[in-house]
Amino acid sequence: MTVERVRVVRSWEWARPERPARREVLAAVPEREEAKPPLLFVPGFGHGAWAFAEHWLGHAAGRGFPAYALSLRGHGGSEPAPEATLRSYTHDVTQVAASLPRQAVLVGHGAGARVVAHALARYPARAAVLVAPVLGGWATFGTALRRNPVGTVPAVFGAGLRLHRRQLFSRELPDADARRHLARLGRAGRRAQWQLLTGRGPEPAVGRPPVLVLGSPDDRVVPASALIRAAQRYASAPLLFPGMGHDLMLDARWREPIDAILDWLDKDPASAAG
Amino acid sequence: MSSSTDPGHPDPDSTVASSRAERPVSDRGDTVCVIGAGASGLTAVKNLREAGFGVDCYERETGVGGAWNWRHDRSPVYASTHLISSRPFTQFPDFPMPDDWPDYPHHSQLLSYFERYADHFDLRQHVWFGTEVVRVEPVEGDRWDVTTRSTGGYGPERTSRYAAVVLANGHNWSPKLPRYEGLEQFRGEVMHASSYKDPAQLRGKRVLVVGAGNTGCDIAVEAAQQASHCWHSTRRGYWYAPKYVLGRPADQVNDTLLALRVPLRVRQWLYHWTLRLTVGDLTRFGMPEPDHRVYETHPIANSQLVYYVGHGEVTPVPDVARFDDRAVELTDGRRIDPELVVFATGYLPRFEFLKGQVLGDEDGSGRPRLWLNAFTAGYPTLAVVGLVQPDSGIFPISHWQSVLFARLLTLRATRPERAAAFERKVRAGLGERYSAKVKDSTRHWFEVGHADYLRALQRALHELEGVK
Repeated sequence: MTVERVRVVRSWEWARPERPARREVLAAVPEREEAKPPLLFVPGFGHGAWAFAEHWLGHAAGRGFPAYALSLRGHGGSEPAPEATLRSYTHDVTQVAASLPRQAVLVGHGAGARVVAHALARYPARAAVLVAPVLGGWATFGTALRRNPVGTVPAVFGAGLRLHRRQLFSRELPDADARRHLARLGRAGRRAQWQLLTGRGPEPAVGRPPVLVLGSPDDRVVPASALIRAAQRYASAPLLFPGMGHDLMLDARWREPIDAILDWLDKDPASAAG
Repeated sequence: MSSSTDPGHPDPDSTVASSRAERPVSDRGDTVCVIGAGASGLTAVKNLREAGFGVDCYERETGVGGAWNWRHDRSPVYASTHLISSRPFTQFPDFPMPDDWPDYPHHSQLLSYFERYADHFDLRQHVWFGTEVVRVEPVEGDRWDVTTRSTGGYGPERTSRYAAVVLANGHNWSPKLPRYEGLEQFRGEVMHASSYKDPAQLRGKRVLVVGAGNTGCDIAVEAAQQASHCWHSTRRGYWYAPKYVLGRPADQVNDTLLALRVPLRVRQWLYHWTLRLTVGDLTRFGMPEPDHRVYETHPIANSQLVYYVGHGEVTPVPDVARFDDRAVELTDGRRIDPELVVFATGYLPRFEFLKGQVLGDEDGSGRPRLWLNAFTAGYPTLAVVGLVQPDSGIFPISHWQSVLFARLLTLRATRPERAAAFERKVRAGLGERYSAKVKDSTRHWFEVGHADYLRALQRALHELEGVK
């Protein structure tokens, strides 16, 4: 493991604290307390807490995990925030994580995984799961441009990034469902979109959380090579679910990835790593 | 990881407890002992646990939160206690306070914050409540024998051996009372600010408040609202900073200047200029002119004191010279006749369970000689956490001190040469200061500037880790 610098002095952050925002948090809590860690799902750009409320929250609660999903500011039912930055989103995640009764597992999807990577430096998560992570940088931009030029070029000029149906879902997902989900997509802040490409990378995680990376080799937003790179950052290999689109939590076979995540957590990776 | 060496042995008889040879010692292996479950103790437990250490924390009270838990008999908080530094400076860096809280939360919110911190990281299972530490003694191999008993002295003493000790017993619980001639004859009521809990104690009385710390100023303001008259006695002139300037919490404005690396002289000039724009020249109220520049004593953040002085509700007076049976004589010869005297004269840190020499305090002056206010020479497995009087929040400092100590303990096993280099730094840096030149007093010897201090701590952390 490389030795990374820990930042103690954060004068700018102290001097200019993030503006508070009303945040939507959806929850599914098991009927009986089972001493399992709470999960906090962080949706990617354009998505809200609704994306996890569809299947994953209920399923996780059914397996005994208290499950929460938040909408980053400007998304879903949270307060509009056109000027939001990656720092604002990170603030939203650490705020909700610290409000949970116990030390949480952070699960980030898409660009939400980048937000989670930032949050890991500011909150000692019990573990982290990066689902089809968009960790940013120019390679991400290249892929987006190649796969979806019509949706990507306007985003360069400040418009919202638009993803089309074949990128997000497999053909197995019924037409009506896909249309319903697409209609709910919003957009991330202009500055946050740019920071995804140009912003400073995440600082080292605090508290040595174990990290799981998973995705689909057929994801047309995050290529398999990006998944492998992301997993390498955290010294592991990605779990792959072929035949699924980028939105693993909404696609027809949503059950397989969430079960894999919960199985991993049931093995208590934190104590194994410690 | 830890085991008792002699589980079948009966509890030691208190009469032989003082002779080490006959006292059974339970060996706790690699476990670290943390003394106190206040803010600093809790963050030490959390960070040591995070680094993989077993922890036994002893707390004399029955709850967490230390000084911030108003239920504790040694808690100095009073009904209106609010934070002096704003939220971003006060919260633990990895556990933010809710962003819908006010800029300066109330002490009850602070307590709920610490209780949530303890529950969130599951810390209570490591805390032995209602247990006080009687003795902490170094033994061979850089290990420690810690003797405890039930709070109040009931029951037998128990001694356990630990790999390391963190002292987080706080420094705001042992009142410092100055001596005055004739104080015993004074017929009025006399109390230390530690017994001040509620403004009802002041209602309708003629009150003299002694001391211009943040507590003294708070009490003077409450006396202005409740008492029939309030005198406020200060030894010297101070800078009374408002809690808000330029529409923002004042410490956030100050750190904007720090982030821009504005030099101290310029910051002092800007500060004086801002004060001139807001409260103006205080000598016109009969307050003495400050004998020091701003940033040279512990900052006093109180927007209301000057307001009440301007309304005639607080009469500023100089230091007390002597008491007689019904009056107080001031150093300028004036005599006043208060019914109640509140001494807001501060607290002294105390480590009565430890030989003074361990902390480099041979002459018993109560001033340990430490590096980074935390590390002592010759005892690499001992750290003091939270013994700082910052111009800002204390909890982030306690957090990073305990992170540094946890890394040091880890490296002692894995990279002993780095730990040895750290020990050399401790020896070389004993007594180092981390602030602009400050006035010398029992209050100011552990005063630190938060930016200077945390920068020094960050450097120590990077050197220990071997990052350039």
